[in-house]
Amino acid sequence: MSGPSTYQPQNGFLKWLERRLPIGGLIHSSFIAYPTPRNLNYWWTFGGILAFMLGVQMITGIVLAMHYTPNVNLAFDSVEAIMRDVNYGWLLRYVHANGASMFFLAVYIHIFRGLYYGSYKEPREVLWILGVILYLLMMATGFLGYVLVWGQMSFWAATVITNLFSAIPGIGDAVVTWLWGGYAVGNPTLNRFYSLHYLLPFVIAGVVVLHVWALHVVGQNNPAGIEPKSDKDTVPFTPYATVKDSFMIACFCIVFAWLVFYVPNYLVHSDNYIPADPAVTPSEIVPEWYYLPFYAILRSIPNKLLGVIALFSSIIILAFLPWLDTSRVRSARYRPLFRQFFWLFVISAVGLGYLGSKPPEGIYVILSRIFTLYYFAFFLIILPLLGIFERTKALPNSISESVLKAKA
Amino acid sequence: MTTVSSAAPTRRDFLYIATGAVGAVGVAATLVPLISQMNPDASTIAAGAPIDVDLSPIADGQIIKVFWRSKPIFIFHRTKHDIELAKDVNVSTLRDPEPDSARVKPGHEEWLVVIGICTHLGCIPLPHEGQYDGWFCPCHGSQYDSSGRIRQGPAPKNLYLPPYEFVSNTRIRIGVESGTTA
Repeated sequence: MSGPSTYQPQNGFLKWLERRLPIGGLIHSSFIAYPTPRNLNYWWTFGGILAFMLGVQMITGIVLAMHYTPNVNLAFDSVEAIMRDVNYGWLLRYVHANGASMFFLAVYIHIFRGLYYGSYKEPREVLWILGVILYLLMMATGFLGYVLVWGQMSFWAATVITNLFSAIPGIGDAVVTWLWGGYAVGNPTLNRFYSLHYLLPFVIAGVVVLHVWALHVVGQNNPAGIEPKSDKDTVPFTPYATVKDSFMIACFCIVFAWLVFYVPNYLVHSDNYIPADPAVTPSEIVPEWYYLPFYAILRSIPNKLLGVIALFSSIIILAFLPWLDTSRVRSARYRPLFRQFFWLFVISAVGLGYLGSKPPEGIYVILSRIFTLYYFAFFLIILPLLGIFERTKALPNSISESVLKAKA
Repeated sequence: MTTVSSAAPTRRDFLYIATGAVGAVGVAATLVPLISQMNPDASTIAAGAPIDVDLSPIADGQIIKVFWRSKPIFIFHRTKHDIELAKDVNVSTLRDPEPDSARVKPGHEEWLVVIGICTHLGCIPLPHEGQYDGWFCPCHGSQYDSSGRIRQGPAPKNLYLPPYEFVSNTRIRIGVESGTTA
């Protein structure tokens, strides 16, 4: 393919519009002619999948809001009414509830892909930080939405998470009362959580625009981790990336549909089908699977304030990754040592997820401490030192050379 | 053109700063109602008035739970054995050192009244569980003794004491302490 074509509308109306609002040219240069590295693999389709999932969550969410009542006496029953009485309500709710899980599954793959191929490195630092902000917003939105169901797990998740702020020295209790709007989690809390759960997806959509904008300024990273040098190194977004993304979205939807239609409650704790009871804490309390690694980090530290600090640091530390990793080689493909430490990191992150679902006793506590230690050591010790001591492999001269060599 | 000396402020500099200052005051004033509306409203505060609890039906060794300000309050009718266990502890070894006498009202040491919220992350501990003749929190494994003091697990503090007073020997008022409203 030759270089990117320019947008030249043929239609008279589009010509007229383009002189007044060049939106056609913007879409054309962003999603049609936009040059993408020719060596992108399927791990690069998760950005598209995430955009698709945001759309699914917003559409189902807006519809569910038409039937849901944010009041402590009515919320649980209104969710059950959606399940039993509203036309296709069961489908909409199961898509929304399992959609959250699929959204997080996609974002974790997207983050690990960025880690493996060094997508956070110069000049993509701002792109990466916007991604960390999106992830934080997703976590907040997911938590707020989980509370709205107002089952036992909803109520106690709200209690435990809001109480994290009571660890702040001095003003902690006042902050928590302010968050609750009362002396405990109650109706004012549910009402404001509903308002914020409706708001945050639109904030996410706004930050997604910034994320895509930043991406289109610096261009996509790729499995070789080197910048495109000539037209030979890239292909136009349409049809190459659009078709690849669409195919992968369809594959992703097969898994999604299996969850929704065959095991819709597989990821839900059965206690959340018991209406919220402020007088009884469930005998075993666990968050949704996508928060488990951080829950394990919180519990592995026997001091309240330090545990909360570790919990928040484990996420915030991602924002500093572009400066913690001192190596100038991006892709793990050319970093043999980094690759080993990376997979150990994946094992410890997934391991923490498993441990977060187990009771905090015996061997589980010891293992969570080891994995927590490795989690932080990976960012604070291993990555800064690797850049100095690692002998990286020779980089290919260009993307097209790396592709053609692999084929030969 | 030579550089303009910043040492000589102009009328325009003054106007910029004055405009900015008025804007900042306006933003701060606007934030007051926006932040304050999230605090407990008048009806919530009114519903938090003191309550009376009759102690006579509570058997020896029984722990009951009442609600005050949406918070569970444990009332523990302690046996002699429970009281001995609570006193028979070297206070200096505790995480949040408090003698048993500081946790009950003088002359009423068979009654322990505590807020039933784990000081770790707000779960409700289970009564008569754990190794210390008190409570066990199912969320993260904190254990409290028969004086409601933290003995094991991640919680930083003893179970908090609500403000309360004895109206008679068999009746307490929660929410009031020595004549003042909490």
